[in-house]
Amino acid sequence: MTGLPEYLLGLGDDALVAAQRTAEWCAKAPQLEEEVALANLALDQLGQARAFLTYAGELEGEGRDEDALAFLRDEHEFRNVQLVELPNGDFAVTVAKTLFLAAYQNLLYTRLARAAEPRLAGIAAKAAKESAFHVSYASLWTVRLGDGTPLSHRRMRDAVEEVWPYTHELFEPWAPPEAGLDPAALRGPWLEVVGRALGEATLTRPQDGWAATGGRSGRHTEWFGLLLADMQSVHRAHVGARW
Amino acid sequence: MRGTGDAAEAENDLRRRWVVSISAFDALIAADQKIENKDWMPDGYRESLIRQIAQHAHSEIMGMQPEAAWISRAPSLARKAVLIAKVQDEAGHGLYLYAVAETLGARREDLLDALHEGRQKYLSFINYPTLTWADVGALAWLTDGAAVVNQVSLCRTSYGPYGRALVRICREESFHHRQGFDLLHTLSRGTPAQRRSLQEAVDRWWQPALAMFGPPDSRSTHSASSMAWRIKRAGNDELRQRFVDLCVPQAEALGVRLPDPALRWNPERGHHDFTPPDYDELMRVVAGHGPRNRQRLAHRRRAHEEGAWVREAAAVHAAKQAAKQAAGQAGRQAAEWEAGRAAAPDDARAAARETGGPGEGWPLWEVFVRPRRGLGHAHAGSLQAPDAAVALHSARDLYTRREEGVSLWVVPSRSVTSSDPEQKEAYFAPAADKQYRHASSFPPPEGVEGL
Ligand SMILES: [Fe+2]
Ligand SMILES: [Fe+2]
Repeated sequence: MTGLPEYLLGLGDDALVAAQRTAEWCAKAPQLEEEVALANLALDQLGQARAFLTYAGELEGEGRDEDALAFLRDEHEFRNVQLVELPNGDFAVTVAKTLFLAAYQNLLYTRLARAAEPRLAGIAAKAAKESAFHVSYASLWTVRLGDGTPLSHRRMRDAVEEVWPYTHELFEPWAPPEAGLDPAALRGPWLEVVGRALGEATLTRPQDGWAATGGRSGRHTEWFGLLLADMQSVHRAHVGARW
Repeated sequence: MRGTGDAAEAENDLRRRWVVSISAFDALIAADQKIENKDWMPDGYRESLIRQIAQHAHSEIMGMQPEAAWISRAPSLARKAVLIAKVQDEAGHGLYLYAVAETLGARREDLLDALHEGRQKYLSFINYPTLTWADVGALAWLTDGAAVVNQVSLCRTSYGPYGRALVRICREESFHHRQGFDLLHTLSRGTPAQRRSLQEAVDRWWQPALAMFGPPDSRSTHSASSMAWRIKRAGNDELRQRFVDLCVPQAEALGVRLPDPALRWNPERGHHDFTPPDYDELMRVVAGHGPRNRQRLAHRRRAHEEGAWVREAAAVHAAKQAAKQAAGQAGRQAAEWEAGRAAAPDDARAAARETGGPGEGWPLWEVFVRPRRGLGHAHAGSLQAPDAAVALHSARDLYTRREEGVSLWVVPSRSVTSSDPEQKEAYFAPAADKQYRHASSFPPPEGVEGL
């Protein structure tokens, strides 16, 4: 049974790792306008991460703030899904990851905004508005790449197929009573949102096959250790310092 | 065939018109009025502006790199957010400035090519490495600080679109400058290792920051004409002095030593004396021989090349949509497109060139924002987008990210028709003597109310 603090860690870690990956695009985006758009995505995700982690730390009651949780936990203590750890790849992979995550987050946050637990509901209500824009942004690019040139069509199709196995983890039964929802029930509406974008992009939904799992219990991909080593390096080199 | 007499007459006519135009232009400059993009301007003025604005825009986007390198390692989540927001602003600044250059007839794609091929320059400080987290703070405190001094003066530039972009940029630069100082101030109260890294970073960035003001006026090739045309409003030496005078007390507050043994207050001049930066080094670095020139330019070029397929895909998609719409309007079946799928992209690419202007660039859009407290949409700036939906998304990210707006319009720039500056008198002067149109021309008699 997942407790609320651990659940909040999962929501926070999803957002934190997604922010970390999205921000890797800074100074590398395909167009200046997209620099600004991707940075906004990263900032929204980072803001959500901070809200969830701060709350998780307070509930835990051991004096860990957002930074202690982000920088001083080891790999196996992170509760994010593997989807968000995947390397950015080309722009199509990033668009696919963003679409799949944002569509899930938007459905989840919209429901959590009605949760009986008021602070969770408050954070989710704000995050739901942000993720709605992310869905719109990622759908727009899925369509333009999927229904663009033959090259972009191939890249978008490959990206969707590459990332698809990592989407199943989003719907694993992993939510405390306070959340008041069954993650598995989100998959139907999620398939609708994602399917609409894929359809307009002249792409087909991949077959379900091998499904990644383990992130929620601290088992991650081989890329995740590197991401953490980089993210935590300065903080850990100066124990107890203020920034 | 024209006779030689006709040709001479035509040339005379041209010369007469030029004399009229240049005196009108000089009068505008002398009266401290703004020059707008459709106004007549001498070629030299236009070229100087494009050169300066392009170099400014290049510096904004190249300057993202030394700081973006530290986003992933930022030692707290709060600092990470601030740094992402700052680097994002610099992309926005580049974008506003390329749009200003476009008002002068330059194309963003050509300017980027000139940057990538080394034909146009960017500020030299960007070619130095950021070795520690403290460098992120020192870079912002010193080089964004120098940029604020420079650009506050530039806000009064004679070219209207440049001045308006600079007002927006300056507001954001002061956030950059402050957050840099704040970062360093935290280090200054931190561990011995943090304090040491602070001093070392300031030692590294002081000279590159001083060099940002360019060579002394006596050695600057463009300074004099830029001053005469009021493109620039203050000389390099004056601005550098202002910057040094501002930095000294701030350095004291940080408890750092500025690395210049000759730095001291000169009561006679009412300014600090200081050692000027090494101009030979400045010239070497600008010419491409600094510690990071190669990597910075290669990084920038790679991002541009790797993004080409994305830009093209969006342009082709927009053209397909436009073609579908046109086909629908002409009563033809959209199915034709589906049937000829393999051939479509080439046609679409040709159409993309038509809708997007020459080359691979996306078309330009004008953005109008209705402010939170405001009745009408006002022009906020421009951006490039393949189609209206992307334009709206980008406009939201670019022009409303500081809570500026509640509603957006985007309009293709080519759809804007503006009044002819040469007809300014004919259009607008006749309204001046018709005061009877205003209620204030009819004062009500004493004691009569409700009129
Ligand atoms: Fe800037
Ligand atoms: Fe800046």
